Amino acid sequence: MADVRAWRRFRQNKVAVASALILLLMAAACAIGPCFFPESHTQPSATSFSPPTLTHPCGTDLNGRDLLYRILTGGRVSLIVGFFGAAVSLIIGTAYGLVAGYVGGRVDNVMMRVVDILYSVPRLIFILVCIGALNARLLEFASEHRIGWLVSYSRIVILIFSLGVIEWLTLARIVRGQTLALKNRPFVTAAVSLGQSHIVILLRHLLPNLLGVIFIYLTLTVPAVIIDESFLSFLGLGVQAPMASWGSLLADGAGSLNPIKIRWWLVVFPAAAMAITLLALNFLGDALRDTLDPKETAK
Amino acid sequence: MIAFLIRRLIAFVAVMFCVVSITFLAIRISPGGPFDRERKLPDAIEKKLLEKYRLDGSLWEQYTGYVGDVFLRGDLRDSTKYLNRSVGEILAQTLPVTMTLGASAFCLAVVAGTFLGVAAGAGKGTWKDTLAMLFALVAVSLPSFIIGPLLILFFCIWLGWLPVGGWGTPQAMILPTLTLAAPYVAYIARLLRGSMAETLGQDFIRTARAKGLPERVVLYRHALRVAILPVISFLGPLAAHLLTGSIVVETIFNIPGAGGFFVNSILNKDAFLLGGVVIVYCALLVLFNLIVDLAYTVLDRRIRIDG
Repeated sequence: MADVRAWRRFRQNKVAVASALILLLMAAACAIGPCFFPESHTQPSATSFSPPTLTHPCGTDLNGRDLLYRILTGGRVSLIVGFFGAAVSLIIGTAYGLVAGYVGGRVDNVMMRVVDILYSVPRLIFILVCIGALNARLLEFASEHRIGWLVSYSRIVILIFSLGVIEWLTLARIVRGQTLALKNRPFVTAAVSLGQSHIVILLRHLLPNLLGVIFIYLTLTVPAVIIDESFLSFLGLGVQAPMASWGSLLADGAGSLNPIKIRWWLVVFPAAAMAITLLALNFLGDALRDTLDPKETAK
Repeated sequence: MIAFLIRRLIAFVAVMFCVVSITFLAIRISPGGPFDRERKLPDAIEKKLLEKYRLDGSLWEQYTGYVGDVFLRGDLRDSTKYLNRSVGEILAQTLPVTMTLGASAFCLAVVAGTFLGVAAGAGKGTWKDTLAMLFALVAVSLPSFIIGPLLILFFCIWLGWLPVGGWGTPQAMILPTLTLAAPYVAYIARLLRGSMAETLGQDFIRTARAKGLPERVVLYRHALRVAILPVISFLGPLAAHLLTGSIVVETIFNIPGAGGFFVNSILNKDAFLLGGVVIVYCALLVLFNLIVDLAYTVLDRRIRIDG
């Protein structure tokens, strides 16, 4: 019942629907767009730093590659890392928060202190250590077992995991708080008195009640992870050339900014692609909070 | 109060110890050493270098030696990358730059954020509010490495008003400060808008208005004093975000601050330089949080710090 109401309210929110459509379009463009480019656009060519023309609607970069193609393939990386990284953080954060809140007492205390400490660890160091320490091992593992795709995408896999692993802290706190509030409610007491196991109570009774909060938080985590990934790639620490992400494209563009040769397209188009995506995600998140907020639906 | 400070000091040392340990061990365990070059150095030379920088022996010996030097003798050792320069020296040269950038962004974020937030909160539902919140949403959503290059493109290259990068002149400071502060101006404005709207509904505001005080005094002297509390508690995290954020901003604008060394020391496996930068960063963060806690008690007399 509440779901139907929330869905109706969501559809009435024009900004939210528009944002969702833009996001779908962007994802579709990044997913299938690159397939439609002729080979002359996907490979380095002699026409470097061409301003936007009819054949190259976003211009070309230093190596004469079509910038639109680069932006779409870069978007693939950014969006994949964003969504899967957020999914990893979602799983860790939810599990951690559920257990801490449900078990309570001293265990809860220790688990939350650990979160406090992890908050104070510089995240950049952690990611870099992950990349440095795991990349070589993963490559070794991949070539040993002949997993071809893992060799070329090892960086992305590591980025997804390390970003997921650092972004779960806030969600763990939120889920723990909600669990604490829920576990003394009559339906949980009833489940306990029926002799149901802890696992069943956690997964069947508590988790469904947390889905709204988790979903709202997901729309905040995805842009956060996309920004983290681009931040690393911007500093040259994330995806490695020739692979691109929005962050590394922006870094290329920012690096080629100088007053003598104005290559504005190298900055404007990657920035626009990323800005549109981030803004749409944030608008969507705001709208979802309004429609799915448990306080609102309780009214 | 004194007991509170002592307890904070103990916690501070503990945190620093953990952070230094994690950083040092992590960078030494990860593959690759500080003296790896394109062409491998002769073993004898590499051994000599490791000995010089006290990176020989077992990991445990290296670790205890380093931690001992840092905490007992206050010696941050020499950088393994920048020859003959001590970590202390590098920090002394680069930190003032980072601090200036951070401090100016901090002031801008607080002042501009406060004005925007008060304007939006006092006029909730008006065009002022809508405009401020639209700006806030955009500024919060976009990271500095989007805003920065766009600002350079617009102000430095198309209009030619400001220098593209560098440091030292007041003009060169404008864009980095703006880029670094923008998301936090927006965040503070949002925080303050909410608490301002809530505060303005309370009785003491009605009393102040009934006394016939001018609206400016009601807003800034009475309401703001209460409404600012969530902002105050955000100042600690704000300082943290600004410190991390300045790494990117320094890269975008070619500013010779500590942020660049932070990234490079990780890439160069320069354990001691990284350790030094991390120590300073963490110390600053803890210090800011302490100041915030103290400021809280001064502003809100209802909170007492128990000994």
